[in-house]
Amino acid sequence: MATKLRILVPVKRVIDYAVKPRVNKAQTGVETNVKHSMNPFDELSIEEAVRLREKKKPVEDILAFSAGPAKSQDILRTAMAMGADRGIHVVEEKQELEPLGVAKLLKKVVEQEDRNLVILGKQSIDDDANQTGQMLAGLLNWPQATQASQVEIDGDTCTVTREVDGGVETLRAKLPMIITTDLRLNEPRYASLPNIMKAKKKPLDKKTLADFGVDGEKRLKTVKVTEPPARQGGGKVEDVDGMIGKLKELGAL
Amino acid sequence: MPSINRCLPAVRRLRIANTNFQQSSQLRIQAARSAYQPLQRRWQHSEAATASSNADEGPPPSRSGLSQSKIKYTAESYPDLKRDSRFKEITSDDVKFFKDVLGADNAIIDGYSQDATSDLEAYNADWMRKYRGQTRLVLKPDSTEQVSKILKYCNDNLIAVNPQGGNTGLVGGSVPVFDETIINLGRMKNIRSFDDVSGILVADAGVVLEEADNYLGEHGYVFPLDLGAKGTCQIGGNIATNAGGLRLLRYGSLHGNVLGIEAVLPDGTIVDDLCKLRKNNTGYDLKQLFIGAEGTIGIVTGVSIICPQRSPAVNVAYFGLESYEKVQEAFKEAKKQLQEILSAFELMDSQSQKLYNKASGNKLPLENDHAFYCLIETSGSNTDHDSEKLNAFLEHVMGEEIVEDGVVAENETQLKNLWACREGISEASQHFGGVYKYDLSIPLPQLYDLIEDCRKMFQENGLMDPEDESKPVLDVVGYGHMGDANLHLNVATRRYDKQVEKVLEPWVFEWVKERHGSISAEHGLGLAKKPFIGYSRSDNMINLMGQIKKLYDPNGIMNPYKYI
Ligand SMILES: Cc1cc2nc3c(=O)[nH]c(=O)nc-3n(C[C@H](O)[C@H](O)[C@H](O)COP(=O)(O)OP(=O)(O)OC[C@H]3O[C@@H](n4cnc5c(N)ncnc54)[C@H](O)[C@@H]3O)c2cc1C
Repeated sequence: MATKLRILVPVKRVIDYAVKPRVNKAQTGVETNVKHSMNPFDELSIEEAVRLREKKKPVEDILAFSAGPAKSQDILRTAMAMGADRGIHVVEEKQELEPLGVAKLLKKVVEQEDRNLVILGKQSIDDDANQTGQMLAGLLNWPQATQASQVEIDGDTCTVTREVDGGVETLRAKLPMIITTDLRLNEPRYASLPNIMKAKKKPLDKKTLADFGVDGEKRLKTVKVTEPPARQGGGKVEDVDGMIGKLKELGAL
Repeated sequence: MPSINRCLPAVRRLRIANTNFQQSSQLRIQAARSAYQPLQRRWQHSEAATASSNADEGPPPSRSGLSQSKIKYTAESYPDLKRDSRFKEITSDDVKFFKDVLGADNAIIDGYSQDATSDLEAYNADWMRKYRGQTRLVLKPDSTEQVSKILKYCNDNLIAVNPQGGNTGLVGGSVPVFDETIINLGRMKNIRSFDDVSGILVADAGVVLEEADNYLGEHGYVFPLDLGAKGTCQIGGNIATNAGGLRLLRYGSLHGNVLGIEAVLPDGTIVDDLCKLRKNNTGYDLKQLFIGAEGTIGIVTGVSIICPQRSPAVNVAYFGLESYEKVQEAFKEAKKQLQEILSAFELMDSQSQKLYNKASGNKLPLENDHAFYCLIETSGSNTDHDSEKLNAFLEHVMGEEIVEDGVVAENETQLKNLWACREGISEASQHFGGVYKYDLSIPLPQLYDLIEDCRKMFQENGLMDPEDESKPVLDVVGYGHMGDANLHLNVATRRYDKQVEKVLEPWVFEWVKERHGSISAEHGLGLAKKPFIGYSRSDNMINLMGQIKKLYDPNGIMNPYKYI
């Protein structure tokens, strides 16, 4: 009897990846009054979970989870339209949660909801921390396979292929485990209309940080956010001598 | 409903430039996604300067890398056309005159004093690779005064000219038939003024449409015209062809939005009507004559146009439907329920989507096959308001089984990909060799009958086969601006073939005439449709047009052999 998969997929609402972020006037962060959507890596996680079910793996349920402002509900509905069965939303308007805070929160969710597989994006494209999955694995003391480009599950054995410099690495571990996703893993589907309609009826629980006994206290302070320096236009040199001269002038030679 | 809210300045095809946010993850997403991101012309031969490429200077032109020498000369494919012997052949004195007027070296491509064949070909061959002229002289003025001097000289010396913008026209109007001198507007590309209270933009005719739109985007405005060739076509060319495009449903035609025009007549007269007023009932509205004149009465050098606010909330949905009846129902419902936020309602048949898939390799959004597909875009000012309306509409069309299936763009990338399914058809149609294109207005109830009749005809006459390479025709596809009752009939072929043309013409035109449609809805007449104007206009009307032409261009030097 194969282990039933009880999957948790955390998803984050971030500035749409096609939007060019702009630093705010106070230089404390970026302008957030722009379009947001689901972190692209999290789309891959949801897609992979749904594909496991479609591949007739014994998936018991797929739980999508998000912590963030009220609007995060939108992406939870998207996750459910893509195939997650239900959602939990920890409403947190005031502050950005740091990776450790999120990992602690997820640990509680894993325990309360009796999860045995967590599929996370390898990072979110807003802060690019690439830490949450790893921290969660540490807190739970579970095996982890990060940056997966292929996932196979057979009974309670999980085989993950990940791309490394100059080749691929194959990892094998037993459930329960943590997987983080990378771009080549799959191509996320569109949310279809019938599924969008169905998703409206799927359960979505609203919770608070306190419900999980986590305070979300910040350990990092953002000192200042600035734009990278504008790129200087290039110049042309006439010939090799001109180039050498230029390099000398710039102190590169 | 999950976030169908698109609260971003409506920049669905704005280049994805994350340069200020160069985090490795973002770059890697782009790299990986580009594999399936149908940014229109990804799949085109890489050497080809594409219709969406941002040519730095001037048009370039059809698709320069593809060998134009394989394209038949127009003079050969139209053996009945003879060069008008009244027109002067260019001499070295003429070239010298032009060089003096233009000054700069890069303002002239001179095939008389040297061999410039390869440079000239890009200007001689059209975007469809169907028409090819034999000019040896391209002039690129950078001011209205230069245009005036050049035209006056040509008029005095009976030198035939061919005004040219981005050379994306689809009826053979943008390239010479014989040796007409090309006057290309590519170097006139200044924005002259913009008033962000009224939204009135004044710009040179040679400004590329996409650049005008990007400029307006920075001010929260949008160009009231959008079309697949936006990266190459020029606003002067748009006006000369009275282009319709994707936003007509919402913003109306150029006849309403263009407030003023600056143009040069063959005798050098500058028509200085760059009016910036919405209301100006003082005499004949002559600027209207230049809108859609296709370079036959003068050269447009400047434009004043009123631009609407860019909508911050844009949503796109893509549906599959089982019949054309259902498409009409969906359109009716969309108008009823979405009203002022509906900004596009586009129709695509199953064949067009399969062809797009085959040519581009991009996955189609829906799993199953449907007889028809529609793309709906809404644009508005308030995300929540729009979503509520769209939700109600979507629930209705699904619930009533008007649509079989559909998807809604959840993010900008999906939004672009959905649009590509519509905008990529034009290119896909000619991907396998050539295309016979018809751009028709047909009353909505009968709109799609034409495609069915045409497909049946090719099935019966044995000229069509999707696999058999020996048959000229690959497929017959139909798509278009449903919202404007404007159908595109594309017969995708493996090569241009007189036999196919004979089957299609005048059959298509007769079909359209019987239904009181127009044989050219938005692409114009050019060379391709010139003989068929009688199917859509009476003798009286054609006579009156002839009088206008005589009045403005008594010597007939402007874009000869074409139009009427
Ligand atoms: C991929 C693609 C999609 C398209 N989609 C649409 C669409 O949705 N709707 C639509 O209406 N059209 C569409 N078109 C055709 C459309 O007519 C042209 O793309 C555009 O309007 C022409 O602009 P241009 O600058 O390329 O003009 P050109 O092709 O260079 O010229 C077109 C005609 O205008 C004349 N002309 C050009 N500039 C001037 C000027 N300054 N003064 C006087 N005469 C001039 C030329 O002599 C010629 O007769 C499409 C074309 C392509 C290739």
